[in-house]
Amino acid sequence: MMAAFEPKIVGILCNWCSYAGADLAGISRTKYPANIRIIRVMCSGRVDPTFVLQAFAEGADGVLVSGCHPGDCHYQEGNYKTYARAEILEQLLEQMGIEKGRFRLTWVSANEGEIFASLVSEMVEEVRALGPFRPTRERFAELQATIGREVAPAAGAGGEGND
Amino acid sequence: MTKLKLAFYWAASCGGCDVAVLDINEKILDVAALADIYLWPIAMDFKYKDVQALDDGFIDVCFYNGAVRNTEQREIAELLRQKSKVMVAFGSCACFGGIPGLANLYGPQEILDRVYQETPSTVNPERVRPETNWKVKEGRLTLPGFFSAVYPLSDIVQVEYYVPGCPPPVDLILRAVQAIATGKLPPPGTVFGSDKTVCDTCPRKKEEKKVKGFKRPHEVIPEAEKCLLEQGLICLGPATRGGCGARCIEANMPCRGCFGPTDRVLDQGAKMTAALGGMISSRNETEVRAALATIVDPAGTFYRFTLSTSLLKGRVRPVEKGCPPGGIVAGS
Ligand code: FES
Repeated sequence: MMAAFEPKIVGILCNWCSYAGADLAGISRTKYPANIRIIRVMCSGRVDPTFVLQAFAEGADGVLVSGCHPGDCHYQEGNYKTYARAEILEQLLEQMGIEKGRFRLTWVSANEGEIFASLVSEMVEEVRALGPFRPTRERFAELQATIGREVAPAAGAGGEGND
Repeated sequence: MTKLKLAFYWAASCGGCDVAVLDINEKILDVAALADIYLWPIAMDFKYKDVQALDDGFIDVCFYNGAVRNTEQREIAELLRQKSKVMVAFGSCACFGGIPGLANLYGPQEILDRVYQETPSTVNPERVRPETNWKVKEGRLTLPGFFSAVYPLSDIVQVEYYVPGCPPPVDLILRAVQAIATGKLPPPGTVFGSDKTVCDTCPRKKEEKKVKGFKRPHEVIPEAEKCLLEQGLICLGPATRGGCGARCIEANMPCRGCFGPTDRVLDQGAKMTAALGGMISSRNETEVRAALATIVDPAGTFYRFTLSTSLLKGRVRPVEKGCPPGGIVAGS
């Protein structure tokens, strides 16, 4: 039997609020699933959308970006930029066929350890329900394997012609 | 001096790249003085078997334009690779998949259904589809087979140089030809063009990039001097390699991104997302959302030429039934 699917989630958290919040969840011994790999950046405004796409391309099943609440960014307006970027990114991801639940932007402050823990649990369950995301490499290798065998042009006819 | 032996080929592209070669006008005579041509389907009558008869590595340089979408294009790419010392991906389609690469937002079956069934101008009650192999009483008819995706040339064969552009500008073509003719070749893998962005080389005045939303080129006549982004037009300058001579910008048109990303950018779409997201002046979520709703088709706009070489390389799962082109379900 295949092992149950455990989603891999990449969490990119800003140093001043969300990372501290995640830390608080840790030192308060709040339980939450171990599916998230946390990367600390100075500000959510540092999160280049490339990071998100690359995480998916390399096989992350979900990506969580978290920063300070609006108005609280240590650098004044990093998170406003993040918010606008995430809005565009969500549209782009949708066009690329990536389900909504796989990407999230949240605001978590330094004293919201509990909230962080429940956000992660929620996201893990949502992504678990969506199933594994296939890294570009794998998906592409499969596509390239079809280079030798072209697609059957007629639906159902198998492209074998009329004999 | 012995003459250079050249070949040109046209795969999944519009033909504009071949026209760009012809556009070097009287300088084509210099090229003709410098070179003998062994294959050039648009301009000269050679057959594939003429190329097959050549020794391996006989052709000095092959300029291959167009992406690879079907079996014939792959076959000729492999043949020309075998017969050529240097393979040049010529034009944005060969370099990055180009406009045809946008078809990677759909699966092959969706494309065939759309083209042979669903377009309003199609009448096809017998549901005829192209067959790769068909017997008629006179014999057997064959057509090239259709691949599942659009590939840039470098996914199929090894490529030494890239000359981007839709089409490549004449001076860049001449620079490439001269570099090759004089043996002053840059290291393999070089992309002809600048390693700076279009923005870096743009002559327009730039002040603060803050906007309330975006407009499409047909909706405004932009001022001639001022940064197009600051005027609310989606210009791909920040995420695109320069070296094009800023032809579009000089014609008052925003950059469409045909030179692809610079070496330091992995994904043109992600970079444009970052650039445009950072430009919205409002801090109110509803206003921001309204401002960004003016970006009509992010994937098609940001990856206009580079979807096939982007990080995700295309749509990752089939479009659901009832999804309009673009893959976005209304209201979602
Ligand atoms: S420092 Fe937390 S979002 Fe900017």
